Amino acid sequence: MDIAATLARILDAHRDRPGALLPVLHEVQNAVGFIPPETVPAIATALNLSRAEVHGVISYYHHFRQEPTGRHVVRVCCAEACQAVGGEVLAEHARTRLAGSDVTLEPVYCLGLCACGPAVQVDETQLHAAMTPAKFDALVARLEAER
Amino acid sequence: MRTTVYVPGDAAALALGADAVADAIAATAAARGIELRLVRNGSRGMVWLEPLVEVVTAQGRIAYGPVTVDVVDSLFAANFPSGGEHPLRLGPTESIPWLARQTRLVTRRLGVVDPRSLADYIARGGGEGLRRARAMAPAAIVQAVTDSGLRGRGGAAFPAGIKWRTVLEAAATQKYVVCNADEGDSGTYSDRMLMEGDPFCLLEGMAIAGRAVGADRGYIYVRSEYPHAIAALQAALAAAGDFLGDGFGKFHVEVRKGAGSYVCGEETALLESLEGRRGIVRSKPPLPAVEGLFGRPTLIHNVITLASVPDILAQGAAAYREHGSGRSHGTLPFQLAGNIRHGGLVEVPFGLTLRELIYDFGGGSRSGRPLRAVQVGGPLGAYLPEAQFDTPLDYEAFAAIGAGLGHGGIVAFDDKVDMAKQARYAMKFCAIESCGKCTPCRIGSTRGVEVIDRIRAGDRAQIELLEDLCETMVQGSACAMGSMTPIPVLSALHHFPEDFA
Repeated sequence: MDIAATLARILDAHRDRPGALLPVLHEVQNAVGFIPPETVPAIATALNLSRAEVHGVISYYHHFRQEPTGRHVVRVCCAEACQAVGGEVLAEHARTRLAGSDVTLEPVYCLGLCACGPAVQVDETQLHAAMTPAKFDALVARLEAER
Repeated sequence: MRTTVYVPGDAAALALGADAVADAIAATAAARGIELRLVRNGSRGMVWLEPLVEVVTAQGRIAYGPVTVDVVDSLFAANFPSGGEHPLRLGPTESIPWLARQTRLVTRRLGVVDPRSLADYIARGGGEGLRRARAMAPAAIVQAVTDSGLRGRGGAAFPAGIKWRTVLEAAATQKYVVCNADEGDSGTYSDRMLMEGDPFCLLEGMAIAGRAVGADRGYIYVRSEYPHAIAALQAALAAAGDFLGDGFGKFHVEVRKGAGSYVCGEETALLESLEGRRGIVRSKPPLPAVEGLFGRPTLIHNVITLASVPDILAQGAAAYREHGSGRSHGTLPFQLAGNIRHGGLVEVPFGLTLRELIYDFGGGSRSGRPLRAVQVGGPLGAYLPEAQFDTPLDYEAFAAIGAGLGHGGIVAFDDKVDMAKQARYAMKFCAIESCGKCTPCRIGSTRGVEVIDRIRAGDRAQIELLEDLCETMVQGSACAMGSMTPIPVLSALHHFPEDFA
């Protein structure tokens, strides 16, 4: 992917929006998979911000990444409602299972699926409720088998 | 005539396999030569019955659930498109006792309506509030909201009418309506369900608010963990056409995606985030109503508050005010979560007891073990022991026991819970999510984790230190994140001291 061209297109589309930084960062991450450090100067110039301000926003928000992820991102809910139905056991299991895998594991604090936990989100769109370690292994096996 | 079948597209239903069920129903119908109209509605809120499939019959909508792909064939064999008998048949949806016992006002169309269809929204009474508002002077709309007794449903329970009046009376060429859809509290999902299941209701509430306070622009700040809600809102906006006009001009709404910061649910941090900065809380005053988004007067409310407004205008302020108890008027959509048998959305007037909610509606624990603790109001809410389960669910009664209703999230734990561990988690969560502006929250939360670790290792002398640290956080923090984290910590310590031994 031509990151510079993608970035130029995104900045052109958003530079005049009030409070454009978060929408720009979301689009960059959606297009590239993360926010490459080399995009920061151009974002800063386009939005009339300092590089420090842009970097500060990227590093502040849990959602934004500065490094590429594995082929898939699996988020396991670690918040109270899921804890109440075995979320911690599941999260621990996930850490062990995904050690060394090219599926990235991230904690997430609530997916709004609190009546049917433990909850898991895959690649920001696919949702799984009432997750157990056995179901988790089956899910990961499917993800790892995908090419 | 084609039979209409509803299969929820709500995120919880999707997480329980609703897409596969919808596909199987469509494929099986096609194979059998049956013409169906498949509507992806929101959820009725009976999460343990999801995916809850409904079919429209001469006797009304008949529910079946929870439906899995492998029972779809047997549903057709039982002639479910005509409401046929089947082990999963639940009868007329509206007669299911769990639903029939609720008072659904803000969620009256939830799971009923096609969230993508403006025509369906209008056909089911939507738009009436805005139609009435157009015929009213702005001050009269504000008065109606004041008279209804509506208070902010995000957690602070501040009287909505006072906010509205402040923004109305602020002199400015540009004002904003901001919807706080950063529903980050664990155990809460009513905002998500409403945005996914009845998005036009929120848009209508915002348009009424805009007309009332003199704002022609609105923003909905939705947390990034809710992609389905964002998609539903964008689809509704695309379909809204002239619906949001106030009779003078168009009300513009933009959906903005958050980025995974819990503290952005605090209104001033949210405004910072909307402006493109780190979500760090602002000092108050100035209040957002005077100096909010981009320095302009801003009416900021959470989803349920704004979505309650169309009904208040359509049915009248007095009708809304009649519900509830004491100074808590109207209804609150409670959300039963965690270790609960019948989890889901329960909209009832204030005044029911917590026990009624978790046993009569919730059916006790999912695990079958005794319930030991219930956290009400999210990660900053108190852990309540059995002895307090008879507390009525209203703002004042909860304040009187040092707790709060927050956004109506009810998280149940059975007797296997370790309350010292839950207290530690509360501090840990604060350490992860603190915006860093003030020291008591930023440093105190980390010290709190360490102190609780020492208590759990057997050093009881540290309990006094924990109490002291909590006092500092309560008194010295800039916002609710730091000042309320001690609530779950101390309620766990005081109500369940045996876990800290």
